[in-house]
Amino acid sequence: MSTTVYLPRDSAALAVGADLVARRLSDDAAARGLDITLVRNGSRGLFWLEPLLEVVTSAGRVAYGPITVDDVPRLLDAGALHGGEHPLRQGPTEQIPYLAKQERLTFARMGITDPLSIADYEAHDGHAGLRRALGIASSAVVEEITQSGLRGRGGAAFPAGIKWKTVRDTPAAQKYVVCNADEGDSGTYSDRMVMEGDPFMLIEGMTIAALAVGATQGYIYIRCEYPHAVATMREAVRRAEAAGVLGADILGSGRAFHLHIRKAAGSYVCGEETAMLESLEGKRGIVRAKPPLPAVAGLFGCPTVINNVITLASVPIILARGAAFYRDHGVGRSHGTLPIQLAGNIRRGGLVEKAFGITLRELLMDFGGGTASGRPIKAVQVGGPLGAYVPESQWDIPLDYDAYAAVGAVVGHGGIVVHDDTADLATLARYAMEFCALESCGKCTPCRIGSTRGVEVIDRIIGNQSRTHQITLLRDLCNTMLHGSLCAMGGMTPYPVLSALDHYPEDFGLAAPDAGATPR
Amino acid sequence: MLQHLKEIDHGTPKRGSQVEVTLEIDGQVVTVPEGTSLMRAAANVAIQVPRLCATDSLEPFGSCRLCLVEIEGRKGFPASCTTPVEHGMKVHTQTPTLQELRKGVMELYISDHPLDCLTCSANGNCELQDMAGVVGLREVRYGFDGANHLTSRKDESNPYFSYDPSKCIVCNRCVRACEETQGTFALTISGRGFDSRVSPGQDEPFMESECVSCGACVNACPTATLQDKRVIWLGQGEHSVITTCAYCGVGCGLRAEMKGNEVVRMVPWKDGQANEGHACVKGRFAWGYATHPDRVLKPMIRAKITDPWKEVGWDEAIQHAASEFRRIQAGHGRDSIGGITSSRCTNEETYLVQKLVRAAFGNNNVDTCARVCHSPTGYGLKQTLGASAGTQSFKSIEQADVIMLIGANPTDGHPVFASRLKRRLRQGAKLIIVDPRRIDLVRSPHVQAEHHLALKPGTNVAMVNALAHVIVTEGLVKEGFVAERCDARSFREWRDFVAQPSNSPEAMQSVTGVPATEVRAAARLYAMAGNGAICYGLGVTEHSQGSTMVIGIANLAMATGHIGRDGVGVNPLRGQNNVQGACDMGSFPHELPGYRHVSDAATRATFEAAWGVTLNPEPGLRIPNMFDAAQSGSFKGLYCEGEDIVQSEPNTQHVTASLMAMECVVVQDLFLNETAKYAHVFLPGSSFLEKDGTFTNAERRISRVRKVMPPKAGLADWEVTVKLANALGYPMHYSHPEQIMAEIAALTPTFAGVSYARLDTLGSIQWPCNANAPEGTPTMHVDHFVRGKGRFMITQYVATDEKVTRRFPLLLTTGRILSQYNVGAQTRRTENQQWCSEDRLEIHPHDAEERGISEGDWVGIQSRAGETALRAAVTDRMQPGVVYTTFHFPESGANVVTTDNSDWATNCPEYKVTAVQVLRVMQPSAWQQEYSRVNHIQHELLDAATEAAAAAEK
Repeated sequence: MSTTVYLPRDSAALAVGADLVARRLSDDAAARGLDITLVRNGSRGLFWLEPLLEVVTSAGRVAYGPITVDDVPRLLDAGALHGGEHPLRQGPTEQIPYLAKQERLTFARMGITDPLSIADYEAHDGHAGLRRALGIASSAVVEEITQSGLRGRGGAAFPAGIKWKTVRDTPAAQKYVVCNADEGDSGTYSDRMVMEGDPFMLIEGMTIAALAVGATQGYIYIRCEYPHAVATMREAVRRAEAAGVLGADILGSGRAFHLHIRKAAGSYVCGEETAMLESLEGKRGIVRAKPPLPAVAGLFGCPTVINNVITLASVPIILARGAAFYRDHGVGRSHGTLPIQLAGNIRRGGLVEKAFGITLRELLMDFGGGTASGRPIKAVQVGGPLGAYVPESQWDIPLDYDAYAAVGAVVGHGGIVVHDDTADLATLARYAMEFCALESCGKCTPCRIGSTRGVEVIDRIIGNQSRTHQITLLRDLCNTMLHGSLCAMGGMTPYPVLSALDHYPEDFGLAAPDAGATPR
Repeated sequence: MLQHLKEIDHGTPKRGSQVEVTLEIDGQVVTVPEGTSLMRAAANVAIQVPRLCATDSLEPFGSCRLCLVEIEGRKGFPASCTTPVEHGMKVHTQTPTLQELRKGVMELYISDHPLDCLTCSANGNCELQDMAGVVGLREVRYGFDGANHLTSRKDESNPYFSYDPSKCIVCNRCVRACEETQGTFALTISGRGFDSRVSPGQDEPFMESECVSCGACVNACPTATLQDKRVIWLGQGEHSVITTCAYCGVGCGLRAEMKGNEVVRMVPWKDGQANEGHACVKGRFAWGYATHPDRVLKPMIRAKITDPWKEVGWDEAIQHAASEFRRIQAGHGRDSIGGITSSRCTNEETYLVQKLVRAAFGNNNVDTCARVCHSPTGYGLKQTLGASAGTQSFKSIEQADVIMLIGANPTDGHPVFASRLKRRLRQGAKLIIVDPRRIDLVRSPHVQAEHHLALKPGTNVAMVNALAHVIVTEGLVKEGFVAERCDARSFREWRDFVAQPSNSPEAMQSVTGVPATEVRAAARLYAMAGNGAICYGLGVTEHSQGSTMVIGIANLAMATGHIGRDGVGVNPLRGQNNVQGACDMGSFPHELPGYRHVSDAATRATFEAAWGVTLNPEPGLRIPNMFDAAQSGSFKGLYCEGEDIVQSEPNTQHVTASLMAMECVVVQDLFLNETAKYAHVFLPGSSFLEKDGTFTNAERRISRVRKVMPPKAGLADWEVTVKLANALGYPMHYSHPEQIMAEIAALTPTFAGVSYARLDTLGSIQWPCNANAPEGTPTMHVDHFVRGKGRFMITQYVATDEKVTRRFPLLLTTGRILSQYNVGAQTRRTENQQWCSEDRLEIHPHDAEERGISEGDWVGIQSRAGETALRAAVTDRMQPGVVYTTFHFPESGANVVTTDNSDWATNCPEYKVTAVQVLRVMQPSAWQQEYSRVNHIQHELLDAATEAAAAAEK
């Protein structure tokens, strides 16, 4: 009888040789006359174990990892196809503490199924949300999302239900649903994992959104550095259309939703929703002023739902299990779960889906296991390159949009980048300005000129040229950028800069902590 | 001192809404239409929010971040340009926090800007400078050692303006003006972030890009980045005068910025109702001809055209002309002389010329160059609708849903109207183009015609009948409108006529060459439009059936009810600035001012009483009749003001022979034009900058022309005519053109309410303007047609005599291009030459290949009238079998080739259809060689006059 084995096709696994391992495994198994069925699944998100081989045994799936090509013969020798002992054996996958301690709602199927198998998808609760949405009024779908408390997972945390209601209530001949998959934050990959590992979930979520607001056309704008995500989504859309869950007649309902995949333009700012719309329309990716809100006049001037991948991917389970189920996760006004991405100098990098309320310390220590270098953690940037550096004094604050905002930090897209004590925060602050200068669309003055001046000012601070004056100037500049910028690109660049300056003043050549100057 | 340069700017465009919103700004209660920006609402109560990227001709953009405000109860600092008003808002535009933010933004701007205000060309007229002052910037703490653009290289490629990237603040106003105002999309921003800079095309110099040099970007620029070169050379003007452009029939309002008597630059007048703050490469930049050294500034006389010219004083020249005219009349009868006026003259000048002819010459031998362009419009629209004029305002196009453009190429001929049209098309209106050529509007950035009916030249009437056939036979007639507004019998007859199968698109397909399905679709689109507008040009009128086609267009508009309100109508795009006015002023031989026939005794009596003469009740000679009469010996003297008949009339050789048969040709012009080479008296004309008067544009809009400098030759044209009348013994007593307009108003019911005072108050007036319509009439035929019931007329298609044969297998059609204007007398004497310095023959690649013609080859163009040679431009914008050229350069001899076929009703020449053969040649045609010889001699004869005068002075 054939043994089913799983080896991820996720980019994170491919980057560490999963394809080579897969080939060696097939070759060796064939040579030894072993009958295996190799499924290229999504990643479980335990990146320090990738490539992670899973073997289906009578006792469930057993994990081995991280494996190299050279490990393959020894694993086969050890009877890994039957769950045999081996130094790389991690035990039953589901019992790996990193995974067992998570609350996987959105990522429930992640790494379990064959990403491009609709049958597999449906066997694991797929399309339950869509079927329910087709059976109830569109207003009820919107209400369900509103009640779930789902907020935009792209970073802005705007209540999805309110956005959908605006689009639904705006009369128009054409409406759109656009998925922002231009995942560009440093250390983030949850969107990519969804697109590579569970694409039908995203399609289902977008279809539900389309039904809810009356849209018949949708776009997924995928970061151009994500070739595997683009390919997987294209294939998934093709298969979904062939299976009748997408296209002119969704599940025989007579209702239509056509979905298009667009490769992004390679600019960070195109992840800003209005710049993304410009880019989708074939124009330069520069930010639009709001109002009008995209929900009223978005893509090609039509009412448009724009949500991030994770937001839309959270929709099917909310419809399938009900708003209350989802809402009951989390704390305060941060409902549900967040797929947190551990990256940077961390021992156990990977995806942790937890309900809001977990602390940074739990994530860094219990999940992450401290730094990869073994040195103490000095600073943690939460929420991407525009997120604040969170000092240890704030590591026990529950991860919650509002609690973070209260200390001048952001949850953002849930990316966490860890630095050990060799990091120089002045250099990192400079990098934040440099990143802004590199990625600024150039439309608004504070961002266009301010980011370049920011680099120059920090250089003078580092070089101790009239340091006190330059620090005043840097704070004034941050104030101008924070309050004057057109979008979050320039508006949030001060977060890492000021948090670095406030919490690590010694790195800027200042003696004492400079209190009281966190972003307003 | 420079306050005159600054127009009131509300920051963002006006919004129209029935709903009003009341809010509080800095404690003042403001009520504005819904959709208005906070910035504009504030400006309404004289609160100016600092800004750099906002200007009220462009949609708000929100990039400069100076206009941030605080709104009570709201987080953050929204930009007042992009934030619409909401009821009950309490807005603060000046707070300490805002002051700091603005100062911070300005500090950033100035950290990458040269500190050369005192030597900068925009000094005194720079918004960046103003804002630095307003926000109180005192220090740039960033220093000037950081990254900057201060050494960026200037682009001086455009002859009229320069682009200095070092001064660019990346406000995008130029880019947006190119898109929103002009609709060319030639500009973009290249690079991103700090590297962002304005870029024509893909980092090309302006002259190599798609830029059409309309100047909208220059106008929009708040700094010296895009600057008129003349401002760089001369400095800012110290006063300015509002006047009206002297080029096409759009009649743009312009503001002449002056230093004493010298024009520094022309900028489009923001409150000009014809152009609303936009202009084109001609109006804005190409007025340098007015001071060109070719201007002839001394009156001259000579006995024979082979004699050298002799400079004389005004009185001697006038006396000479007058005595010659009287001598001729004594010898050959009262009707042996006549006058030609021009659409380039003011209303007052034209009025005086026709008055001179009727009252002093004592005959009706007066005509105008409108004869050769829009005379069929006058005839056709008068017959059907009752008024010889377009029915709409240009602004009306903003309400049109479907626009049918027939025989017009507005992006070249009427650029400012084209920009408005394109804006409407970008908003979603549909375009039908009826034109043999693939003009730019068929497909250009963000504009694509729904249907291009690329008919064969000369088949307009077949096409309009086919369109009408579809409307009538498919039940698309607006029956209620026709029943109420139109003459029932004429409609029935017309309906039965166009319904005949012989008029169907299928039957006409072989005539027009346009697939019947395309014609049917176009007819349906126009007929079923909410608002369907027709715009047309000389491609309609300059045909043997020009008047028939105009009638056909009026029939279509009446049958579909597309007339009498905004967004519809019949809109002739007049070729020259004052075609409408010249016609209005009674410059046709059969009509007194206001289109009243000379045979009408009551009208005559009115004028006789006012003028103190007896008027001839018989119509006089039309231009072609004058030529024929000259050649038969009965017409010997001509007073020709402002028209170059030798270059612009068809069949040049016939024209020159006619002039040579005359005894006294008096030419009044700026230059020794082609006609002056056959003249005996030359009277120096004055440009539009040198006189007062009015022009009437294609939308019947009367606008003031204002003198910004004294006449260079001492007299304005109207003064010359007055002197001539006095010398002829018919005294005229005007001391200012205002008095002439007063006389026009007193004698012409449609002008009764027009006066210079009213024009000053209202800016401009669309006639009819009288007691019923004291502020003029933007839209005509609103409740009823001027003639009462709209009259349908049968439009039987009759093919032109000008048919392709084995000898002349191609059809030549003519037109104009953007940078040059008509006979080129003006534009050829400007830097516009850099865009186009010769007429070319456009020919389809297939026809070219058959003849072994490559791009740039010299080709001979031969018709039964004559032959000339031009260089070829091989282009598939032509259809096979059709060639095209322009007539901007006299040596091209385009009209040597055109024939004296003309419109059956008005004698408007059939410029648009000439059967020709085109072959490669090695040398200019015999005519061109002769032209070159005569031209050389005539210039020597002119030089002789100046040399003699110089010698005499010594």
